[in-house]
Amino acid sequence: MADALLVLEDGTVFRGEAIGAAARAHGEVVFSTSMTGYQEALTDPSFAEQVLVMTYPLQGNYGINDDDYESRRIQVRAFVVREECEAPSHWRARRTLHQYLEEQGVPGLAGVDTRALTRKLRNAGVMMGTVTHDETAAQALARLRDLPRYGSTDLVPWVSTRHQYTYDDRSRERARRIVVLDLGVKYNILRVLDRLGCEATVAPCHTSAEDILGMRPDGVLLSPGPGDPALLDYAVATARGLIGKAPIMGICLGHQVIGEAFGAKSFKLKFGHRGANHPVRDEATGRVYITAQNHGYAVDHAGLGSDVEVSHRNVNDGTVEGLWHRREPVMTIQYHSEASPGPLDSMYLFERFMTMVDEARVNAARA
Amino acid sequence: MINWTPDQRTARERPPKPSKVLIIGSGPIVIGQAAEFDYAGTQACKAMREEGITSVLVNSNPATIMTDEDVADVVYIEPIAVDVIERIIARERPDGLLPTLGGQTGLNMAVALHEAGILDKYHVRLLGTPLEAIRKAEDRELFRQMLDDIGEPTPPSTIVETMDEAAAAVEEIGLPAVIRPAYTLGGTGGGIAHTREEYERIVASGLAASPITQVLVEKSLLGWKEVEYEVMRDGAGNVITVCNMENFDAMGVHTGDSIVVAPSQTLSDKEYQMLRTASLKIISALGIEGGCNVQLALAPNPQTTPWDAAPAGTLPPYYVIEVNPRVSRSSALASKATGYPIARVAAKIAIGRTLDEIPNAVTQKTSAAFEPALDYVVVKIPRWPFDKFPFGDRALGTQMKATGEVMAIDRTFEGALQKAVRSLEIGGRSLLWEDPAWKDSHGERPLHATDERLWTLMATIRRGGNLLALSRKTGVDMWFLEKLENIVAMERRLLAEDLAPDLLRRAKRMGFSDKQVATLSDRLPEQVRALRDEWDIRPVYKMVDTCAAEFEAATPYFYSTYEEENEALPTPGQKALVIGSGPIRIGQGIEFDYCSVHAARALDAAGYTSIMANSNPETVSTDFDTSDRLYFEPLDEEGVRDILENEAGDDAAPADAPPSIVQFGGQTAINMAGALHNAAMPIIGSSSETIDLAEDRRRFEAFLSGLGIPQPPGAAVLRVEDAIHTAEALGYPVLVRPSYVLGGRAMEIVQNPSELARFVQHAAEASDGKPILIDKYLEGKEVEVDAICDGERVLIPGIMEHIERAGVHSGDSMAVYPGIHLTEQEVADIVEYTVRIGLAMDVRGLMNVQYVIMPSDDAARAGASDVYVLEVNPRGSRTVPFLSKVTGVPMVQVAVNIMLGISLRDQGYEAGLWPRQDLVAVKAPGFSMSKLIGVDTYLGPEMKSTGEVMGIDTTFPAALVKALMSADLALKPGGGVLLSIADRHKTQMLPVIRHLHEAGFRLYATEGTAEMLKALGLPVEQVTKRLHEGHPNVVDVINDGSVTCVINTPEGRFTGTLRDGFYIRRAATEKRVPCFTSVDTARAAVDALIATLQGAAAAYNVRPLPQYRAGSAG
Repeated sequence: MADALLVLEDGTVFRGEAIGAAARAHGEVVFSTSMTGYQEALTDPSFAEQVLVMTYPLQGNYGINDDDYESRRIQVRAFVVREECEAPSHWRARRTLHQYLEEQGVPGLAGVDTRALTRKLRNAGVMMGTVTHDETAAQALARLRDLPRYGSTDLVPWVSTRHQYTYDDRSRERARRIVVLDLGVKYNILRVLDRLGCEATVAPCHTSAEDILGMRPDGVLLSPGPGDPALLDYAVATARGLIGKAPIMGICLGHQVIGEAFGAKSFKLKFGHRGANHPVRDEATGRVYITAQNHGYAVDHAGLGSDVEVSHRNVNDGTVEGLWHRREPVMTIQYHSEASPGPLDSMYLFERFMTMVDEARVNAARA
Repeated sequence: MINWTPDQRTARERPPKPSKVLIIGSGPIVIGQAAEFDYAGTQACKAMREEGITSVLVNSNPATIMTDEDVADVVYIEPIAVDVIERIIARERPDGLLPTLGGQTGLNMAVALHEAGILDKYHVRLLGTPLEAIRKAEDRELFRQMLDDIGEPTPPSTIVETMDEAAAAVEEIGLPAVIRPAYTLGGTGGGIAHTREEYERIVASGLAASPITQVLVEKSLLGWKEVEYEVMRDGAGNVITVCNMENFDAMGVHTGDSIVVAPSQTLSDKEYQMLRTASLKIISALGIEGGCNVQLALAPNPQTTPWDAAPAGTLPPYYVIEVNPRVSRSSALASKATGYPIARVAAKIAIGRTLDEIPNAVTQKTSAAFEPALDYVVVKIPRWPFDKFPFGDRALGTQMKATGEVMAIDRTFEGALQKAVRSLEIGGRSLLWEDPAWKDSHGERPLHATDERLWTLMATIRRGGNLLALSRKTGVDMWFLEKLENIVAMERRLLAEDLAPDLLRRAKRMGFSDKQVATLSDRLPEQVRALRDEWDIRPVYKMVDTCAAEFEAATPYFYSTYEEENEALPTPGQKALVIGSGPIRIGQGIEFDYCSVHAARALDAAGYTSIMANSNPETVSTDFDTSDRLYFEPLDEEGVRDILENEAGDDAAPADAPPSIVQFGGQTAINMAGALHNAAMPIIGSSSETIDLAEDRRRFEAFLSGLGIPQPPGAAVLRVEDAIHTAEALGYPVLVRPSYVLGGRAMEIVQNPSELARFVQHAAEASDGKPILIDKYLEGKEVEVDAICDGERVLIPGIMEHIERAGVHSGDSMAVYPGIHLTEQEVADIVEYTVRIGLAMDVRGLMNVQYVIMPSDDAARAGASDVYVLEVNPRGSRTVPFLSKVTGVPMVQVAVNIMLGISLRDQGYEAGLWPRQDLVAVKAPGFSMSKLIGVDTYLGPEMKSTGEVMGIDTTFPAALVKALMSADLALKPGGGVLLSIADRHKTQMLPVIRHLHEAGFRLYATEGTAEMLKALGLPVEQVTKRLHEGHPNVVDVINDGSVTCVINTPEGRFTGTLRDGFYIRRAATEKRVPCFTSVDTARAAVDALIATLQGAAAAYNVRPLPQYRAGSAG
């Protein structure tokens, strides 16, 4: 295989072998410690404009199957691994990781000392980087310095649906109607809502509160997505317009958007939380849950109004992992209760959301 | 207005924290219960200390770190028996008992204490996982019911308590079927039945093995993927997964006998999470408070093992197989594989802590409430005893057969696998090894599960075997086979291409040793090493940090790999490397891990940085806080030299490498002396010259002659004729052995010329022209001495006398401290010889000398005796922990200080024999024979035991009674004894038989023995030993329970009586009836029985260990 490089903005160069498409690609270089779930991660819209490094060294072991996509395409700009499995073994596998990357025009880099790279990112913080196969390191670095930085543009419109649609692959009675504001939704959120008996209508990111309420939803879910919530004035405005009008659940970027709507600011974490092993304490019960996480920003609780409480906190660094409103039916979490990849331990939050939705309906009927 | 609030926080009622906790250990090392429970118990004691709780520890196994007086607060080395532990409880009055850290033995004892009402009587609370949960997990019916209740799938099965029920069950379930006995260790007595006959046989043995006469008959899931999850739950209900593991060997092979990889490799995230969620659901439903192991079977590739494939978009089926509601071998492996200290966290949960309150000792920044993320691959390979037992049944099934295991870590699967193979230490065997027989068998190589299947797979792939066909045949997933093929492809490149830097680097990344590369590229290993130096291809060392580098970690726990960044920069200051002892195997047990741990501690105490190298995940030595720095690496020349070069730093000369300590890690470490010497790397302690002198038979004989110290006369011969002449001159019996093997391997006692001729012929074929050693066999009293020498003085902590006369391997002998039957003159001779040998050999540190004492031939010295030297080993021996504990001399620490230049005198020790303690301690061996089908259990010069126990008291009978109790060799009064005695032992046995008769035993005897007893007027029932000549025969009386003890002394290896006796001994072993093959052991057991009947047992003491030494009253 041909040699290729990963060049970081600080000039560090990692050498490896090109996999996937023969192309250059740049983005914010981030790492994930999840040991399984590369197919889900590759297609997770929250990784848009990022170069994803997997800390587990063997990737592609069980190939790519027809079921485990989280969106319609690969979302990462480039994929960096220690070793790519050329002969995957799984009865559901349809193609290799390399073939999938190639088909989707996404370059990858294998043979990298990914632990050294991870330690670099941990110590120096995430930074821009580019994967290249046809330049010198110096040329790539010069090019990288002229490129826009991650976080300077709003990525949500790129990953959000353009047209409203209803997730409905099996027609049956639906107990509840949920509108999902698509900031970069993962399919598994829709699958879970479906399983819980919801008709999920997915709305483009610029949909206004009025238009959403016009759909007469039983509840609204603000989805995860990529980038800095500070760039999402329109979504924050939508959230403000929804609070108090419909039960709301916010996940990841959706949580940050609701946090902004509550008056809080978000800040960028040094190297983010990305993986499947992050402990979160449910402040209401004291129980600790192992969660799937993928975020580079976190909500600063300082700006939150007195009506809003922190419902979940990260056990490791104490950052805000969830919010709830004392009077309005609003619950948010910074992590991924829909898992995929990651532990299923937080599925109970969807059930909690359903309870909230049902109670609201009962109360509305009484009123 | 809508009012929605989350659940109100429920304040959990915290159980009161105990102030004094009893911890029960797991007794002697046996197959299925090895060093992992010393690791668990030691961690538990540390956890108690951190919490300010007093720990009281009881174990019968002296070769453990947990029984060190600075690990537990109060140490009892006493039998793990209900009445003994009741006395401990009455004396210590603990308010808690930790039942889940001492393996199945500790757990069963806790249950027994509870059922006997003792815990209630003394208000002792069972801590951690409630008894109810343990019962639900271990009782198959309750377990299945619980799984049904929570909707977790179990394989179709039926519980069976009689043979009739079994016949009905198999009609429903069909064959093949799995038989699992309830409440047994390592699957004892179980198996997979393919035919009706097999089914009946296995059910019968399973019912016999189960203490509650119950087995489970279950649908066979042969070929399904076997996956394990190590999970934890605290009292608040928080649950985490520490690690999951996938077995290379599909369902059907006991997980203890499977090659295991962590994390799982072939599971998609959906499957991984499905099984993880199932595991967590199960421990929540059980109410586990601590650690737990869940075993699951997952549907494999339907192309290789058919099942009804799941429809698209749904997940494949799985079944829950088994749960261990306690810390286990797998949890020790998971702890070492991840850096997450399961036993320690489990102990803290047991006393009421929640996961998020327990700090992560690795990162020191995060808590125990997280799941380790691995950024490497871990491979475990079991270590089987078939190098010792070539005639044992090598087939692997549900009965575990491995004595130990090795683990290796790397960033590629190929690398981890090949390093694990190197760590096995089977005669330097790499994956290149092939049995010559495979070449002659026209491509037919056994592919059913055996200890050699990894090699037969390699050989088959090497010859172009189709992977899919192989996967179908073996159930091994294609992923693993593809990796083996990668290794084969690299072998081909190394054979065909010129060795260039890129190729060599790729080979090293795949774990090829210098030796393998050398073989394939037609060079010497040293030349490959030189090329690596020249091309700058050196391993880097990466940290095991629980978090895949996400957080900065403080663990000094490293593994090698061939990548860019090295995280193990040389430690500054004075330092030394302790070379460990590798996997637990027969002949090299936990005793050497004990020594290695103490060596690291002694270095720390002396202000040195201690560096540990070892490959065994079960042990205390590979706990990351035992040493200042741990390298988890194969203990071969390449592995050790790489570590030393890394610690020396860039461009340092070999002589500047930190010194190595080679005398504590058994034969593994001592074998490194020559290599290190040749590499000009320093060794502290006895030099490689001293070691060579002891090991080279010819040099050693000349050396002893020079000192005028007697040794059994003998000679080296090449031909049968010479052998017969020599033996004639010496007089039979003679001890014969090939000169190319060390220790007791392949050693035999022969009685006559025809046996001798057969042995010599056999040995000459295998020995490749090397001579056979023939020594006069002196059937005298055997005595063993451990000594410490600083070059000027010799300290002898104690003398041990064997109960069995010479001829039984010292590791299988019972030994008594002090030598209570030795005359003053004999003691004086032994001390004098030991001192002279130690000084003349220039021993620095420990040495072990074995002596045999014979009545003097010299008429002028009638009544006196002669002391002969059998063997000298200039290293720490198996008896070091035993002797350290009974004498109070910290032998390893004293030896290490000598290596660091502090003399005995400067340490405050006088030369000569350490004052004899006013106590008696008896060491007895522990065996695992019931698990090794086809292995003959008679004791001879080749070692067979897997562990040891100690009985200690103020008198010999009391100590003996306790040792036999702990070794499961104690006779119960009444019942029957089967006697089959070799002619030459008949006279000696007579008094013993009379004692048995007087004690009320019914006597059964085989033809010859019965005739003698009849002639003497003793009542005896004759049973035939010829199994085809009617009933009742010897096996019948054992199987029907008439016989509760067997005494069978064989004639010799090459005679028919050995074969006849084989069936007697196997039947006794499988029925778990004590079987004595040495007159001396039988005599001791009968003496102990008489002493018990006379009240000595009731008179035995139960005291903390130091109080025996102090000689104070109990």
